[in-house]
Amino acid sequence: MKAKVRVIRGLEVVGLGILIPLVRLATGEDPGTQIRMLGQEIFVPLLTIGGFLIGWSLLAGSIETSIGSVPGPAAVWTEARKLVDDHWSERQKEQQFYARMDGLEAESLAEGRPWKERHYAGRPTYFDQILTSLQTVFAGFVIASLIAVPLGILCGLSPGIQAAINPLIQIFKPVSPLAWLPIVMILVSALYTSDDPWFEKSFISSAITVALCSLWPTLVNTSLGVASVDRDHLNVARVLRLGPFEKIFKIILPSSLPLIFTGLRLSLGVGWMVLIAAEMLAQNPGLGKFVWDMFQNGSSETLAQIMVAVFTIGLIGFALDRVMTMMQRLVSFDRATA
Amino acid sequence: MSFLELEGVCKGFGQAGSRTEVLRNISLSLEEGEFLAIVGFSGSGKTTLISLIAGLTKPDAGSLRLAGQPITGPGPDRGVVFQNYSLLPWLTVRGNVMLAVRKVYASKSRGEQLEIADRYIDMVGLTRARDKHPAELSGGMRQRVSVARGLSTDPRLLLLDEPLGALDALTRATLQDEIERIWRRERKTVVLITNDVDEAILLADRIMPLRPGPGATLGPSFPVSLDRPRDRAAINHDPRFKKIRNEVTQYLMKAGAAHRPGACRPVVALPDLQPLKLAAPRPRSI
Repeated sequence: MKAKVRVIRGLEVVGLGILIPLVRLATGEDPGTQIRMLGQEIFVPLLTIGGFLIGWSLLAGSIETSIGSVPGPAAVWTEARKLVDDHWSERQKEQQFYARMDGLEAESLAEGRPWKERHYAGRPTYFDQILTSLQTVFAGFVIASLIAVPLGILCGLSPGIQAAINPLIQIFKPVSPLAWLPIVMILVSALYTSDDPWFEKSFISSAITVALCSLWPTLVNTSLGVASVDRDHLNVARVLRLGPFEKIFKIILPSSLPLIFTGLRLSLGVGWMVLIAAEMLAQNPGLGKFVWDMFQNGSSETLAQIMVAVFTIGLIGFALDRVMTMMQRLVSFDRATA
Repeated sequence: MSFLELEGVCKGFGQAGSRTEVLRNISLSLEEGEFLAIVGFSGSGKTTLISLIAGLTKPDAGSLRLAGQPITGPGPDRGVVFQNYSLLPWLTVRGNVMLAVRKVYASKSRGEQLEIADRYIDMVGLTRARDKHPAELSGGMRQRVSVARGLSTDPRLLLLDEPLGALDALTRATLQDEIERIWRRERKTVVLITNDVDEAILLADRIMPLRPGPGATLGPSFPVSLDRPRDRAAINHDPRFKKIRNEVTQYLMKAGAAHRPGACRPVVALPDLQPLKLAAPRPRSI
């Protein structure tokens, strides 16, 4: 019984609430209700997805473009498989290359000739591009959080600081990444000059653009969370005469964590959305550049490849949101009500 | 000199012009170890009075002194049990009590601190729920945690602000007995704020009614001379209980009638109208 409660709570935290009826059903809990729940939680969404796929394949064939007809689900699926196969064959080539190099290195060392290390110069595969995109968005997200959370706490603590910063927030919040990016790129080119750079300039420009666009939700939510700490909890701090740091870390921060995480979750969502645009312009080798390159290609596979990218972007965005929701639930103190 | 002394304390809220005086000229003195109950209608400024003694708000006029020292701000020498428990929802029962213990016994080791916290958790009978969060506890249990936290700092003065106001009658009775038992053991100086005359008689050495605000003042003291431990069943038949209960209730009713809202407003003459008699046929019973 206790194990079941724990499993159900675990599923809720992880965001797989749709599986709860299955658990209840497996333990023989009122089958009628559970099956109805299952129908609502699983079969209805499945029906929608099925309907969408059917409608798509019916409509797709009837539209002709300059680069062939619009691909249906099947063509997109084939293209996705191709991208996966391409990844593995590229990896294989790379391994073969390094094996060959190892052989050559041993040979030249045996003959006493100097040896120069060479890197495999294959093009990035689809998965490499996804990885780059994820790295970029996380870099931007971390930068944004490091700025927004402390600043938000300051704003929430002091109405004066809030009033001082608010105009800047209001002005910069609605600015599109496409406007930030050129400025950021020029500044990065001017300021980030190193002979042996750790990161590509395009990576830094994209990450900073992501940060600039995604820090606002965290900033606003953090300051709201800090400003709306329960007066009674603050009175507890006063009665115990907690110092300012103790007050912040023991009362104010824990109390505003749920809202801070709401902000972080929104920020990550915005960041992921902005990233694609930033990568397109900055030529950061991620999903955005992939979409741009495919568009420039203009081959008969272009549309299908871009659609694969669209679904990838959507699914990854969904997964990121789920991870953040899970973390949000873990830090929320009201979960104990279950 | 008394342990706690309030002299001519006034407190109001709002800007000049639309200002409401909540407490007017409050004076009281309390000996060490005494249990004082302040009884009053809701909205009569009881919580404001507790906030003043706790140091959470400052008086507009008058002085408050604890053991000869003027009260300038809040401090752990005055434990407060808030009306709405004020537990931190992200901490367990133990965490909530430890927050207070760690602050007051900062020089002790972690083990000793835990021991102190557990002692007070045990005193309110919550050892089994020690690792639960407030959301998992009933109202009565939450208030017990709040009492444990209030006592754990070993305050010189314990302020109870309608601690049982939000509880059902049965839980209330159990907790009253519990508070009485703990008080006999710890012998703290206590100020209890309540709207329940029976509760005040059961617990306190002395009762002071608070005349309803705005501009609330304290009434005369009613000493409660019943022997301790007080048994709630037996006490009901005690003539002394009935007498003091009558006195306090009468006093409050009179004060309340004098202060009833509208009593001080100008009387508006109503037009002398008689309702029309509409002779409608009565429906026959079906």
